[in-house]
Amino acid sequence: MATFTVDGKQYEVEAGTNLLQAILSQSLDLPYFCWHPAMGSVGACRQCAVIQYQDAEDERGRLTMACMTDVQDGMIVSVEAAHAKDFRASVIEWLMENHPHDCPVCEEGGECHLQDMTVMTGHSVRRYRDKKRTWENQDLGPFIGHEMNRCITCYRCVRFYQDYAGGKDLGAFGSRSRMFFGRVEDGVLESEFAGNLVEVCPTGVFTDKPFSQHYTRKWDLQSAASVCPGCSVGCNTFASERYGVLKRLHNRYHNDLNKYFICDRGRFGSHFVNSQQRVRHAAVKANDGVFEYGDVNAALDRAVEILKHEDVVGIGSPRASMEANYALRQLVGEENFCRGLSDSERIVTDQACSILMKGGFKVPTVTEVEAADVVVVIGEDISNTAPRIALAIRQATRNVSFEMAESANIPLWQDAGVRGHAQHQRNALYVATSNSTRLDDIAEATVNALSDGITQIASQIAGQISGESHENTFVTSVAEALLAAERPLLVTGTSLRDPNVLNATAAIAWALRAKEKEPAMLIAGSEVNTFNTVVTCEGLTLNSALTRIADGASAVILENDLYRRAQSDSVDRALEGDGEVVALDVVESETLVKANVVLPAASYAEQTGTFVNYETRAQRFYQVFQPQDDIQPAWRWLSKIASRLGRTDASWTTVDEVSRSALAALPGIDASLEELAPTKDFRIEGEHRVARQTHRYSGRTAMNADVSVHEPKAPVDDETPYSYSMEGQNPGDQSGSVIPYSWTPGWNSNQSIFKFQAEVSGDLLGQSGGKRLFAVPSEPDAEVDKEFDFSVTQPTRPAADGLVPFPIHDVFGSDELSAQSWPVAQRAKGPYVLIHPDDAAVLSASAGSGVRSDALVGSFEVVIDDCVQSGSVGIAVGLNGRVEIPDRTIALVVDPDFEPRQLGDARVIAKS
Amino acid sequence: MSEVELIPMLSQEEVAEIEAEISHLPDRESAAIDALMIVQKHRGWVSDESLSAIANLLGMSSAELDGVATFYNLIYRQPVGRHVISMCDSVSCYVMGADGLAKDLETKLGIRFGETTADDRFTLLPIVCLGACDKAPTMQIDEDLIENVSVEKLDEIFEKYT
Ligand code: SF4
Ligand code: SF4
Ligand code: FES
Ligand code: FES
Repeated sequence: MATFTVDGKQYEVEAGTNLLQAILSQSLDLPYFCWHPAMGSVGACRQCAVIQYQDAEDERGRLTMACMTDVQDGMIVSVEAAHAKDFRASVIEWLMENHPHDCPVCEEGGECHLQDMTVMTGHSVRRYRDKKRTWENQDLGPFIGHEMNRCITCYRCVRFYQDYAGGKDLGAFGSRSRMFFGRVEDGVLESEFAGNLVEVCPTGVFTDKPFSQHYTRKWDLQSAASVCPGCSVGCNTFASERYGVLKRLHNRYHNDLNKYFICDRGRFGSHFVNSQQRVRHAAVKANDGVFEYGDVNAALDRAVEILKHEDVVGIGSPRASMEANYALRQLVGEENFCRGLSDSERIVTDQACSILMKGGFKVPTVTEVEAADVVVVIGEDISNTAPRIALAIRQATRNVSFEMAESANIPLWQDAGVRGHAQHQRNALYVATSNSTRLDDIAEATVNALSDGITQIASQIAGQISGESHENTFVTSVAEALLAAERPLLVTGTSLRDPNVLNATAAIAWALRAKEKEPAMLIAGSEVNTFNTVVTCEGLTLNSALTRIADGASAVILENDLYRRAQSDSVDRALEGDGEVVALDVVESETLVKANVVLPAASYAEQTGTFVNYETRAQRFYQVFQPQDDIQPAWRWLSKIASRLGRTDASWTTVDEVSRSALAALPGIDASLEELAPTKDFRIEGEHRVARQTHRYSGRTAMNADVSVHEPKAPVDDETPYSYSMEGQNPGDQSGSVIPYSWTPGWNSNQSIFKFQAEVSGDLLGQSGGKRLFAVPSEPDAEVDKEFDFSVTQPTRPAADGLVPFPIHDVFGSDELSAQSWPVAQRAKGPYVLIHPDDAAVLSASAGSGVRSDALVGSFEVVIDDCVQSGSVGIAVGLNGRVEIPDRTIALVVDPDFEPRQLGDARVIAKS
Repeated sequence: MSEVELIPMLSQEEVAEIEAEISHLPDRESAAIDALMIVQKHRGWVSDESLSAIANLLGMSSAELDGVATFYNLIYRQPVGRHVISMCDSVSCYVMGADGLAKDLETKLGIRFGETTADDRFTLLPIVCLGACDKAPTMQIDEDLIENVSVEKLDEIFEKYT
């Protein structure tokens, strides 16, 4: 530890800590620009200058850049010294020379790091009278706006985009006062992490384009803590609303998960909440087959009537909350409840869970992924299925650069030094997947195979580790690297729908453990709440549920488009048969239009609830705004139905009650709601609610003046710790996971987050960042292998002509809800297949032409890629409204009428 | 565009010269500046197409390579005339009247700084101190350093650059 003095006060930190970081960790104010907590220092902007003194006698001291200095024991510095302040003010003055004074029309205004620092340094009068340099901006695609004139050349954007996220198409051009940050030419920013530029750039150069189109100042937003529903990672977000519209998402720091960055599926995928496909009214199908809208009572009556049938089936959903799934299960009974996974997904997901539970492997947090020293990805295109994990894997491959820096005495926060010294050295990453991935550029070796090939490779790796000897160099080098690793990490997932892949991966972990290694094992689930459905109960398989409905059973279908889960003919049979259906959903779907009663369900932003992520971490998301029209949380609809049926055991009045019952019902799991997150009774300092609105929230009367000039009473919130107004406390620094937005006096921008952390990049103060339902084993249990079978069954593939299909996942479009968000729909590709050049030649299909198959819905664009094994075909899932792919070979034929989809065509996916 | 289409945008000679540079460097991208210079030597400037072709050859993205190319003012990313006049605009030359000379030069050539004469003979650019302050004002035409420049001498100086 080192004791250091700042302006006469003593503090303690780890010796060698970066001085800027150490000062901020004491919650002191010191302006900076080019430093970033996740990216370290480059000393480019000179904004963080302080005075450092030789000793107690030294009265003059010398200027030093805090971000380029490490704390030594006995160090004496001053932030407040006049000379340091003058220097910092003149740095701002230089930076502002070329900066337009366009705050009133700038989207960054009110949450701008540059504004904050300008005010903080006291630069308030402009002396510069000459012309400013100006730029032409670029069209960077549907996500990111570009206004280069505002740039202050801090380099944070390229350092994030290229160095951190591995993006290739954003650069820094020119020199001196003529620096341009953008692309070589106009065009879509390729990286799926580009959206972070909005938060990384300290000015209004890179902005959230969809947000700009219906813009609101940060201080006019009503916000709450939320969780991204985009994939099984469950990144934490701040979700913000105005005028009943979910306006935008920002990253919400979680020390174990997303830290400072989220992916673009998450950031831009939320606009389905406001989409035209949104279901807003209760509807009952009349005898003529036409829906009658808007009579909630009639809809509930009809639903009750349907549920009085002697045979009732409930189909839950991996994208619905724990509460909604539980309420449905309770309503229909466990023996009539289906978790809503497709049959193939159910098998593989159950296997995943049983590996996690019985295998006793360490399931890594995202932060632990970053710490791994050898990573092997097996059978999961993780950049497309759980993007934040891929970003963490990219950081893991940099660990060797920190080791090298350490032995060369380069401080670890010295970013340029660490990178320059390591050059191209990276930790070993191996990728075995069915198609090429966006991690291949940093992989030591990759191999592409179908799932049985991947299984075989993984089994051989396990064998090699246990002493067999194989010839395949991929196998031998992976085995060797894993055996030499200190923190080996295996990453797999359920997207290939093959439990053998998981078993074979578990076998590697097992073999490593026999060699005294402690491997971490990450299994990505397919949707945000998939793992919750597993821990809930066994339940019916989807096909047996469908058969019962086809045979006349009534059904309640919860937030689930069954056409994405089962083959169309069996869904048709169920939904077009005698069984009557009550369907609840957020957006329209093919399933919904076939229901007899439709109940509009609240989106995640309009309700409070719980999602369980890939680590089985149960996380709470809070209602951001009250739903409009007939929309209600699904659990509440189900409660209402239950109480009309006289079922007090399946009806609740507040979400906390249903959450508590749901948690209590989890078999063998001991978790209380208090452990998950603050409940409705939480008050800051025991008395204050958390205000969703900022203290400057404006226009409360004016915004409804077209209806009435009398300001409506703010809704009362009796379900969460928040208030629907500015009353209560603005983000209190002890409110941890209920902070609704990041703001502290003087720090309007998201950089204020450090004020909520115990230290820079430490835990949030007062954090309760969710609870992991399966305890992480502190020590591997040597007994568990006895009850667990890692054996791999060789799949028998029916011999038939045609191509073996395998699924391909796209970060933009494969996920159901985000695909209905208009910016994502613009980024998404149309349905496509990947085929090997030889197969394309046999078919006489050229790239860009169209093909179809009797076994698939719709036509597909041909993408020719030699990463695909000849004899197989990769089918992009979700883009045609279908996820499950045939389990047998398929024949493709050229479709002469095919029209390729143009980029920017906001045609909504998944609509027939 | 894929690699196959791009590399042929460089001549075999250019590729050979670039590969020769690469052969004594630790990695391909270290040859970035040399490769840009080689292509410029052959073509007078580096077009967008050449830039992507070089980037491809070196295994870099165009954005990365263009960052290097645009950092250096002697890599031309726009077409230049047959000869490039780089006129020093730093302090010693300024003291010795480079300011007025620059205006004369513009009048004489009928172009502004950053422009090329209609007959493609000259491109006029400013440059920082050429390291010949004792012989200020100075300029450089192509590879030649020209000292003690005055408006009277311009005709004579230009003569050899046809
Ligand atoms: S664009 Fe933004 S992040 Fe990039 S250098 Fe300019 S101010 Fe910094
Ligand atoms: S989609 Fe997944 S990785 Fe992306 S922000 Fe959401 S939870 Fe995180
Ligand atoms: S933050 Fe220290 S120099 Fe930029
Ligand atoms: S200032 Fe012109 S040569 Fe030095």
